[in-house]
Amino acid sequence: MAVTRITSPLPPDVSRSLRTGDSVLLSGRIVTARDQVHKYLASGGASPVELRGLVIYHCGPVAVQENGSWVIRAAGPTTSMREEPYEAKVIRTHHPGAIMGKGGMGETTREALRTDGCVYLHLTGGAASAIARTIVGVEEVHLTQFGQPEAMWVLRVEDLPALVTMDSRGDSLHRKIESNSLKILQQILKTPFS
Amino acid sequence: MEKSALLASMISLVERTSSVLPDDVRAALSSAYDREREGSIARDTLRIILESADLSRDSVLPICQDTGTILAIVRGEPSKTYQDIDDALRQAVALLTEKGMLRQNCVDPVTGENTGTNIGEHVPQVHFIPSNGPVTVSLMLKGGGSENVSTQYSLPFAELDAGRDLDGVRKCMLDALFKAQGKGCAPGIIGVCIGGDRASGLLLAKEMLFRRLDEPNPVPELRRLESRVVEEANRLGIGPMGLGGETTLLGARIGLAGRHPACFFVSVSYSCWATRRMSIELDPEGRIARWL
Repeated sequence: MAVTRITSPLPPDVSRSLRTGDSVLLSGRIVTARDQVHKYLASGGASPVELRGLVIYHCGPVAVQENGSWVIRAAGPTTSMREEPYEAKVIRTHHPGAIMGKGGMGETTREALRTDGCVYLHLTGGAASAIARTIVGVEEVHLTQFGQPEAMWVLRVEDLPALVTMDSRGDSLHRKIESNSLKILQQILKTPFS
Repeated sequence: MEKSALLASMISLVERTSSVLPDDVRAALSSAYDREREGSIARDTLRIILESADLSRDSVLPICQDTGTILAIVRGEPSKTYQDIDDALRQAVALLTEKGMLRQNCVDPVTGENTGTNIGEHVPQVHFIPSNGPVTVSLMLKGGGSENVSTQYSLPFAELDAGRDLDGVRKCMLDALFKAQGKGCAPGIIGVCIGGDRASGLLLAKEMLFRRLDEPNPVPELRRLESRVVEEANRLGIGPMGLGGETTLLGARIGLAGRHPACFFVSVSYSCWATRRMSIELDPEGRIARWL
């Protein structure tokens, strides 16, 4: 499988060129945002970081301070779908380069990705150690009033493997799998257990 | 029991539960990896899962950054040392949260403030069950994503044409798995309780997740139902993390509770691939006599 190297912040043409099914190795500066940060941004809160082109990562890391600097011990993705009520607004206001998380997102986000030329990157849930190993630095932490897991962490990553599962053309691997599995489910339910 | 020995035992229990995948769960993931097609997304996802879990075990790091909701079940003869066990567990939880073995997962639902310690109203959850024999402590750290896709059905359930029988239970289990897609971090394990009331059903369903995957169900009909649902779930094509593949479910553990004649609940507790549960037996001094 061919792997594309990308660097956040992503230029708009890079976000637009990625296709569902592509494997990427992500490097650069990314920013975490989960439930409270999404609610805050979607209700008009100012972002402490310029988000244009950046990868927004749905993640609440386990972080500790060692000798005065932050160390990320575990940093896997959280379920992206919880941000569905907010994400389209965040995309249209801040124009991030990609949204990254797990489990995929719904129709409203799919439409926002399409109209804004953005893309969704999928990481393996629970692979917290493997992902933390690719985080080479913590640059800043903002919005700490939301608690450590829900703060906005600005992280530097190197060669983080991810899979494109929703793209700027409106393709979604999650949508495809859900509709296929529904057809299979309807068949399976017909043979009773006795 | 010695308070210092109890604290040391609770620290070991919490740390090991957060960083080491139970051997039966790891074995199930490893056979799933062998089963998935060479070069597939599913196989690659399982490779990442196994590598990351091994890295966590070897470096004593949390398997998942979501170190979950803490549930402890203590069994033993009623004694005043129960309070000491509860105190030791809370102390261990607060210490390990500070050390980064547990994430701060307790938020006040009214103020929105994170308590920062994993200690709060009814958190952690500790249940004491009177029982003969030595004191045992079972601990589960269950992630929020998998808790969000857990659910409860009341039969009959017209939407699925599910009646008050084991076929109705099967339909509920498969529906829950379909609705979870990859959001609960598949391939998972489901704990199911047939019967009980709304409250006891969900707790018993969660307790079923303490049962090892290689331990046969004592009820023959339920054993057959478990295998049938696992086989059918793995035909859904949802796959690891919902990205497609042959492995959607690692196991199903079904238990039962007497039901009120008017009620027929099917409670489904979904646990992610990173199912974290460990149990210990304590000696009379409060030290770990053995891992169960």
